[in-house]
Amino acid sequence: MEQILQWFAEHQDMIYIVILMVFVGIEVIGRVPSVLHTPLMSGANAIHGVVIIGAIIVMGNADPDDITALILGFLAVILGTLNVVGGFVVTDRMLEMFNKKK
Amino acid sequence: MESLLLFIYLIASITFILGLKMLSNPKTARKGNTVAALGMGIAIIGTIVLYTNVAGDHLGNHVWIIGGLAIGGVIGTLSAKNVKMTAMPQMVSLFNGMGGACAALISIIEFKHLVHDFKPELYAGGGYTYFSTLDGGVLLVILAGLIIGSVSFTGSMIAWAKLDGRLNDYAFNGQHIVNILMLIFTIGLSCMILFLRPEETITFFYAILALSALYGILFVLPIGGADMPVVISLLNSFTGIAAACGGFLYDNTAMLTGGILVGAAGTLLTVLMCNAMNRSLLNVLIGSFGASAQSGQSAGAQGTYKEMSISDAAVLMSYSSKVVIVPGYGLAVAQAQHACHELEKLLADKGVEVTYAIHPVAGRMPGHMNVLLAEADVPYEKLKEMEEINDEFPSVDAVLVLGANDVVNPAAKTDPSSPIYGMPILDVELAKHVIVNKRSMKPGYAGIENELFFRPKTSMLFGDSKKVLQDLIAEIKNL
Repeated sequence: MEQILQWFAEHQDMIYIVILMVFVGIEVIGRVPSVLHTPLMSGANAIHGVVIIGAIIVMGNADPDDITALILGFLAVILGTLNVVGGFVVTDRMLEMFNKKK
Repeated sequence: MESLLLFIYLIASITFILGLKMLSNPKTARKGNTVAALGMGIAIIGTIVLYTNVAGDHLGNHVWIIGGLAIGGVIGTLSAKNVKMTAMPQMVSLFNGMGGACAALISIIEFKHLVHDFKPELYAGGGYTYFSTLDGGVLLVILAGLIIGSVSFTGSMIAWAKLDGRLNDYAFNGQHIVNILMLIFTIGLSCMILFLRPEETITFFYAILALSALYGILFVLPIGGADMPVVISLLNSFTGIAAACGGFLYDNTAMLTGGILVGAAGTLLTVLMCNAMNRSLLNVLIGSFGASAQSGQSAGAQGTYKEMSISDAAVLMSYSSKVVIVPGYGLAVAQAQHACHELEKLLADKGVEVTYAIHPVAGRMPGHMNVLLAEADVPYEKLKEMEEINDEFPSVDAVLVLGANDVVNPAAKTDPSSPIYGMPILDVELAKHVIVNKRSMKPGYAGIENELFFRPKTSMLFGDSKKVLQDLIAEIKNL
């Protein structure tokens, strides 16, 4: 237990970030019109693709002789990129339709 | 150079917040998406070039990284560019699943490292478990990422298959209890693993992986197709949290802010979507659409409806002064939005006032129909939201319902046993005439009969939306 508490203490600043981000996230999209629900969801979907950074780190740290780690990491990078790139492109296509009419 | 990377992550975090903010306003939405994408881009490049691990080494395996980015980038762009506008919701679900899988994979690899790098000699006292070592917190984060990531992955895949029509709703008695027990069991195992010696944990770890994946499937399976958007939005926020777990693992602020931001915003968005359908989240998750529909089906299935010919419909609409078009998913499936716009222009030339009534959940998702009509160049001012148009229906001469069903079903107001009871609907029955275009008398997405079709004011116009609209246009031109 002590160790876990210590882990929390070490990551104090990150925990503060989490708490603040929860409020920022709620505040930022608080008054979105329902027309934008779908594009907003899609945009948020692309943003959580930030998990790709973790995949890159895992891949980059993998021991070149450890085939399993290499393959799993490679797969993670591909999937993460799909999430990021696909997410942003799809959102852009949706919003393109909205902008055309103005 | 480490400090430069931290600065880059700061910029990226700001772009994520700014991007989300801009995305929630129609005027700035597209720019917001670009801003967030740019932030993501510099964060990725910065990580590849500048990242150093604890030992001070730069990242290796560049070929693998760039290769993965290239493959993912090409497939992602191509599939996102080529997907039909109607298939947008399942595409989002698919991409969301990829993110979840990515987070789960990271957890698997990091777990292997954790077990592999464990140094028993540091804990010579014996009796060491993760709980009694500093790795306990790390293991917790890894497990959280694993569970949330894999639930999000399998859940999204099921949601995708359902929206794509590859899978039907499936529920068995007591499924909710099974689900809840499974969840408790999974969490229990995760707590237990902390008290095991590292070398004993491996089997349990994979058991947790399998259980979470199964849970994702069982969690989404019974939820009706009509509720999928809400589920996707929820899974979207799950993936955000899974990504944030990665932020803890690597002390990475960009991952943390991006992940939690989406986790929070996604949860709120889920609730907002539920509100738009006048349902509570719990109701969506527990009271599955498909299961309760059977009770509603028996009532009102009988009755007579009257059919209408194309020429009658053409005459009726041409000599109306006010026509409202209610577009639904049927229109989207038939790719009839362009024909619809043409009809609207033709009628407008004849001096008919034409507007569109957009139900908040028209199509498959909130806002989906607006995207589809915008694609066909329908001017924004012509699209009226539900609250606005509902007051106008009594003065409307003719309503043309194109492939919409549940959103005009009066049972939502009158029949408490109906699964859609309580959902706000478009009051088309207040208009003088209602023309309903459908392919057949088959019930709509929620699987329930619509008594609107049997009302005396209603006339049915069977056929594929696009075909019917083209015939209507030809007929009106000939008048």
